Amino acid sequence: MLGGGFAADLPQVIDHMHLFEAIRLALSQLRVQKLKSFFTLLGVTISVMFLIAVVSIVEGMNKYVEQDFAAKFLGVNVFNVRRFPDINTDVTEAEWRAWQRRPKILPADGLAIKAALPPEASFALQDIMWATGSSEFRNGGPQVLAQAVTPEFFRIKNLVIDKGRAFTDLDEAMGSNVVVVGVEIASFYFPNLDPIGRELRINKFPFRIIGVLEKQGSVFGLNLDRQVMAPFQSYMANITRARQNLYGVVVQAPNTAQLENAKEIVREVMRNRHRLRPGQPDDFVFETSESALASWQGIRKFLILAGMLLPAIGLVVGAIVIMNIMLVAVAERTREIGIRKSIGAKRRDILAQFLVESATLSIVGALLGVGFGIALSQGVAAVSPLPATVAPWSVALAVIVGAGVGIVAGAYPASRAARLDPIFAMRQE
Amino acid sequence: MAEIPVGATAERQVVLGDTGAAPDKKWIIVTRGIKREYDMGGEIVRALRGIDLAIGRNEYVAIMGPSGSGKSTLMNVIGCLDTPNAGEYWLNGQQVAHMTDDELARIRNKEIGFVFQTFNLLPRATALHNVELPLVYAGVSSVERRKRAQEALESVALGDRMDHRPNELSGGQRQRVAIARALVNRPSILLADEPTGNLDSQTSAEIMKVFEQLADNGQTVIMVTHEADIAAHARRVVVLRDGIIHSDDRREAFAAKVGL
Repeated sequence: MLGGGFAADLPQVIDHMHLFEAIRLALSQLRVQKLKSFFTLLGVTISVMFLIAVVSIVEGMNKYVEQDFAAKFLGVNVFNVRRFPDINTDVTEAEWRAWQRRPKILPADGLAIKAALPPEASFALQDIMWATGSSEFRNGGPQVLAQAVTPEFFRIKNLVIDKGRAFTDLDEAMGSNVVVVGVEIASFYFPNLDPIGRELRINKFPFRIIGVLEKQGSVFGLNLDRQVMAPFQSYMANITRARQNLYGVVVQAPNTAQLENAKEIVREVMRNRHRLRPGQPDDFVFETSESALASWQGIRKFLILAGMLLPAIGLVVGAIVIMNIMLVAVAERTREIGIRKSIGAKRRDILAQFLVESATLSIVGALLGVGFGIALSQGVAAVSPLPATVAPWSVALAVIVGAGVGIVAGAYPASRAARLDPIFAMRQE
Repeated sequence: MAEIPVGATAERQVVLGDTGAAPDKKWIIVTRGIKREYDMGGEIVRALRGIDLAIGRNEYVAIMGPSGSGKSTLMNVIGCLDTPNAGEYWLNGQQVAHMTDDELARIRNKEIGFVFQTFNLLPRATALHNVELPLVYAGVSSVERRKRAQEALESVALGDRMDHRPNELSGGQRQRVAIARALVNRPSILLADEPTGNLDSQTSAEIMKVFEQLADNGQTVIMVTHEADIAAHARRVVVLRDGIIHSDDRREAFAAKVGL
């Protein structure tokens, strides 16, 4: 009965009045047996609930990574030139050793890059080392992220100074031993005091504090409020050993369109300086927010797929339950089906009636699951560090899946109902 | 009104017409040689063994017979719930005997109104919705449906019980709802199967009065029963025995035969 003939008459069967009638009928059947209907729906509801919750949490993490992490940590239209990738997973032993053999990046490389870049591009040198801090009030404490940077660094990375000021080109030129510190450094080493003008020792070497950064927060466990930044030409470069092995060169293109172009310019310069022949791969890396995000996107796709697997199994179970309940419904309403046929219901009328009923049932289950799923993901977000954003595509998917499951599950019972002989059916019970 | 004297085979043949030819328009039902057999576990049961019948417009006919006579089978064939193995069945000028399921459903919807012994109303729907149901399957708009269903219920004096469910109605009232439902699509024939079987004698009398009024107003009524005194309410009584027509008389002649 589900052949070409059926499809050709579809518009007639699903004219809006008929469909509305059928849905109304289906909903009234649901209302009559609330508890039984609820248990029927349980499979679909729970599966959809987990689907929505998992997707919400993963999408929440995605939003966080893309917006907070990428923008804050890496900057906009920015790339770093490094010796080897900073954010890495799945590195083999061999790869690691190959990386160690790469030539170190030097300040001279940075200057060559600067010379080659168009004037609208921004440029900074950056070197990092973990160091120990101390002040007249406090010694030791957790390690400090000591950095030697050129002044452009603040602008490129969008670092906002809360108190005092950043250092200028003059400070840089004079190699002044001044520092800008993060809020935790200020409060840890100078509790309840104004740190501006005071002396902070990094690895026992004195620096004068000229500025305090706005609160940054943490990114994937790295506390950005324990940073200390000094001009590149100051003694900080000695502490971090910048002249022997530079952490990286930071380049910012004036806009997204020019980003690729800037990368190519820098690539040329570096390959030249490292005397690489054409055909030889780069022995340095570019880190953009894309590359950092790439490994996250891989994780995200995997999490979503895994998170869909269990609900998928749950939906199969849910479909089987619905099918069985519909078979029972058809058996219980055999006489009713006979009556309907005797007054003129065609096979496809009966088929449509039961298909709409099982689809309605399933969609109601899916909507309940969406509601519970949203509640569950909000709950998880409230009690754990995981964020949650409800993704509209997952809600639409859940409803479509709900309808699909209902139709598939109801197909066999509905076709049995449609094929009942009216005389036989009316004799039942 | 038509008269088919028993035994006058030549006249009967004139009325029925030639095989394959459409009968005269004044006959609303013509069957020629209807046979219906069932295979009951190897044994063949011949329920109808060749029925030649002609029923005219506005007739009020009772089909009577003991159980096993084939009257229920004949009713199912006339009502398009069943198709015969052989023979022709002309309903309102259309050859119906070998139509498809869908076509038969359409005929049941438009041409035939059923009234059953056990009422056969949908228990969870109101009287109004029960009466609307044939119109739903006919594709009538909901406004029009409601109007016609209300009219049908008013015509059987149940205008004030439209929103009651069957379990809130008495047996007589339920049968009236069933009659209203049968009439709502203005069918060619009203087919009633032991309509008073589940009713007490007083209510039975009321319902029989309703059928009489409908027949007086021009509706063709065919009633199947095994009770002679119910059959005598009709104006013509066809008696079936062992799958063939045993007798076909006007009311007076029948009543005289059975001593009523």
